[in-house]
Parts: sequence; structure tokens; C-alpha cells
Amino acid sequence: MSASLLQLRPDLAVICDWIRPGARILDLGCGDGTLLAHLAAHQNVTGYGLEIDAGKVARCVAAGVNVIQADLDDGLRDFDTGSFDYVVMTQALQALQRPDDAIAEILRVGRVGIVTFPNFGHWRVRTALAAGRMPVTPSLPDRWYDSPNIHLCTVADFEALCAERGWRVLSRRLLDRSHREGARIGIAPNLFCELALYMLQSPERVK
Amino acid sequence: MNAGFAADSVGLVAARRVAITQALALDCGRTLPQHELMVETYGTLNAARSNAVLICHALSGDHHAAGYTHADERKPGWWDSCIGPGKPIDTRRFYVVSLNNLGGCKGSTGPNTLNPDTGTPYGPDFPLLTVRDWVRSQALLADALGIERWAAVIGGSLGGMQVMQWAIDLPQRVGHALVIAAAPKLSAQNIAFNEIARQAILSDPNFHGGRFYDHGVVPTHGLKLARMLGHITYLSDEAMRAKFGRLQRVNQFSFNFEVEFEVESYLRYQGQSFVERFDANTYLLMTKALDYFDPAREYGDDLAAAFARAQARFLVVAFTSDWRFSPARSREIVKALVRAGRDVSYALIDSQLGHDDFLMPIPQYHEVLRGYLDRVAREAGT
Repeated sequence: MSASLLQLRPDLAVICDWIRPGARILDLGCGDGTLLAHLAAHQNVTGYGLEIDAGKVARCVAAGVNVIQADLDDGLRDFDTGSFDYVVMTQALQALQRPDDAIAEILRVGRVGIVTFPNFGHWRVRTALAAGRMPVTPSLPDRWYDSPNIHLCTVADFEALCAERGWRVLSRRLLDRSHREGARIGIAPNLFCELALYMLQSPERVK
Repeated sequence: MNAGFAADSVGLVAARRVAITQALALDCGRTLPQHELMVETYGTLNAARSNAVLICHALSGDHHAAGYTHADERKPGWWDSCIGPGKPIDTRRFYVVSLNNLGGCKGSTGPNTLNPDTGTPYGPDFPLLTVRDWVRSQALLADALGIERWAAVIGGSLGGMQVMQWAIDLPQRVGHALVIAAAPKLSAQNIAFNEIARQAILSDPNFHGGRFYDHGVVPTHGLKLARMLGHITYLSDEAMRAKFGRLQRVNQFSFNFEVEFEVESYLRYQGQSFVERFDANTYLLMTKALDYFDPAREYGDDLAAAFARAQARFLVVAFTSDWRFSPARSREIVKALVRAGRDVSYALIDSQLGHDDFLMPIPQYHEVLRGYLDRVAREAGT
């Protein structure tokens, strides 16, 4: 991992590590364009971000990041099959109408898809539920009534979906509360992982 | 220089006439041996000549884009909200060039100027033009002004079409292309509206086959109808509802065809004031240029193939309430640019008015323009 990655959010740093230099990427829900700007500056990566929020779009434009204002729930029909090396979606999956359709689209448009989500199997979540309350945790800070998250899943749920749809898991990184891969994660990943990162491929995209 | 005007106004401006002495071969097959263009400029060209910005006007626009031509002018130029010191197109940093297109009616060579061969106005003898012809003419203007490469070419509506054509036809001369409220080509519905506008003018008895100047009359009726129709397409249903609703001038039906509803009064006023400032032959010519615009046509109807030639970075902007050139049309442009691998950003501006919103100082819109153009200016070294 290069020194420049240190100032990035840990999950974004992992993604930068996964993406090879010079690649063409599409970043879904790109926010203010941090990932794209970083990849462009340090890894000669080109591409576009998709973002629905007008304020974030304006910040991307001001930062010189290619951004296309769009609603991810409208799908990726404006993008050709296999037209990007990577399609990335960080921590937006759980807020979509149909996450399964979204991943299928990601794996159609991208030769490789990278998806991250907060693990609903984390022990803090389970503890809250065991006490009869919806969880409010560092990675899920919203309350049940004001949360944008409508389709939460656990690491086990996600991997079951991948197996069911035949998506190949090329790589997986499970980060704990401090967004590191602590020792406990190896013992009980679905209990100690707070943020899950997956690199996926559709069987049809295999070269 | 700016005395009596707002601090962010370019203040008093003076147009000048630039003679283009090179022959211009037109798409219709004819050649104009020379022509003249009316031009306003704002700001100062830097020593490196790297800070020039071209403004392309829409159907009824002209060279007077910002400031005031005289101290008591009632309204400033047509895009004054966007051009000036500290405004998104910042005249402290950019040298802004705005022209009246060839075929216009505000002093540039066009149907209402004298044909040197006959000594009378061209009228219907003036050639029909395409957006490509305008780009060629504007490139000759750039040569005359000593501008090798534009830092940015900017335009809304028909102006946005000129921007796209610039980026495709003269890729090495455009740094950034700002395409606002435009479409990659007209739809059948767009052409249909234009056709009704043209028929209104052509069927006016005072049109005289376009030679109305010789008869000392103006086809006011036809031109007024054309403008009234156009105005409906520039406004959203919601904007008309909000502005006029079913308001009547007097609160009872008069059972005749005089103006009763406020919207009728508005359209008549818009039509009438247009007739006083615009030329019917130019209106016909402009609508045909719109209809003909289709840059993908010479690239096997593949817009991405057309954009593959471009080198500029693009900003595409659309407005939610615009139904004349809806956001879906802008997304066609964006899709083709992505397919061509061009740098592009696309902003969808939440708006109420309709197509005309591209002229309005909507905060979200101006924030995007300002952010984008700030980078353009820094790139240009200003």
C-alpha cells in the first residue's frame, strides 16, 4: 500500500489497492469524488462517478472529477456491457431498491465489480436485536425511521446470494470496527466484520 | 468604466463589426466571398491568448450577451446573469467573445443586409445555413481575433449544438465544451413545432416570398404567431400554471376573441415585442439550422463516433422542467461521450420555468458553472 493511501478512508484504501493502474472505472454513488480523484492522481485511472445528490455533484465538478448526475435505482442502461474495467459501489448497496439487480448490472457493465456494505451480522447488531431494539452502531448510525438503509444483509447472506447467482468472489476483505483486519475476524468473520468488501465477477465476463 | 452599474456588471459595452474577408464555403453548396459579424467582447485577452471563451447564442440571441449598450438601456444583454466580473463566466479572468451569428438580423451579414451583387437586401436569396457553417464562420472570427484555441466554448439550446459541432469539427481548438439545455438532434416533435412557426411566417401575405423589405412591410402577423408558439415550448406547463393559471383580465367571460386570459395577453405581448426586434427571414433560417443539426449523420448515425474526434472536456447541463430539450436528450449526449471515452460531467438542475431556465441565475446551476469554469480559468493560467 502506498503512502498516499494513508489519508484515505480505510475501505477506499483497500479498493485502491485492488484497482490496477491505468484502469477505466465507474464509481456508483461517488459522493464528492474522493476515490476517483485519488485514483486519477496516483494510479492514472480514468472514469466517471455517478451521484444523485446535487451538492456532491457540484463538488465533483469543482474538483475536476467526471461526474454524471443519476439515480442508481434507474440502473446502468446508459452504459455498455463490459465497458469498464471496474465498477465500484461503496456502502450504497443497502440503500437500493433491488441490490441484487444492481449487482447484476455492475457485473454486466464492469469486467470486475467491487461492492462494499456494512455487515448486519456484526455482534453489536446482534446484541441490539437480542435486546429487542433496532441497532444503532458506528457503521449504522441512523435510527430505524430515518435510515436510508432498506436492504441490510450479513456477510453470510451476501455470500449466499453470490453462490445462488453464480458470481465469482475474486477477493474479499472484512474489516473490523477500526477498519482493520483484526485477528478475531479470522475466527468468526460474520460476527466481527463491520465493513465487508468484495471483488466479484460474472461468469459471463471471464476472459 | 463601470460607473452607475452593479459591481458584477460588465457595464457599458460597445459592439464592433468584424470583416471576414476569406471566402466561406457553405453546406448548401454556395460560397460567401466575404461576410461581417457583429461582436461584443468582455474582459481582456491575456498575453498567452489562453483565456478566450466563445459564447454561442440560441435561436433569437445575438452578440449583446452582457452589459448595457447605453446608460439607460432597460435590460442588459441576454446572458448578463452569467457573464461579468465575479459571475460564473468571470470577465476578470476570461476574455469573452459573443457574436451575432451569420444569417442573424442584428448587424451580421444576413437576409436583412444588403447583397453586394444587387444593392438590395438578400431576403430569400440569402443561403440557408447549418450549425457547421456557423462553426466555420466563428473559426474565421477566431482567426481574425488572433485566438488559436478557445479555453471554452459555451452555449445553451441551439448554442449548445454549436458547442458540440465545434468540439467535433475543430477538436484542437476547443479546451472545454459546455453544452447546456441542448439535444443531439431535433425530434420529430421539435421539427413539427418549427414547421408550424415557418408556415405562420410563409403564409403571411406581407411576407412576399421573403422580399417584404422591397414592399416596405413586415410579416408581423406570421412572425408574431411563430414566436407565440415558440414561447409555449420554452415554458413548462407548471410555470404557465404558476404564472397565469386561468387568471382573467376581467372576472367574467366576454364571449368574443379579444384577450381574456392573462396567458393570452402574455403571448401577444411576447409576440409583439419580438416582431419589433427580429427578422422573419432570420427566424426561418434559424429554425432550419436547428432542424438540420445532426452531427452523427456523417459518422454513420453514431454520435459516439462523432465525439471520438473531440479532444475537449465536456460539461453537459439539463433542466428538470425543460420539455423542449428534456434531460433525456442531454443524457443521449452524455451516453455518447462516455462511449467515446471523453471526459464529461453531467448536472441535472432542479428547475421550474422550462427550457428558458438556462438563462436564469438558478443557484445550483451557477454553482456548477462556477466550479467548472474556475478550473478552466486556472488551467488557462488566469
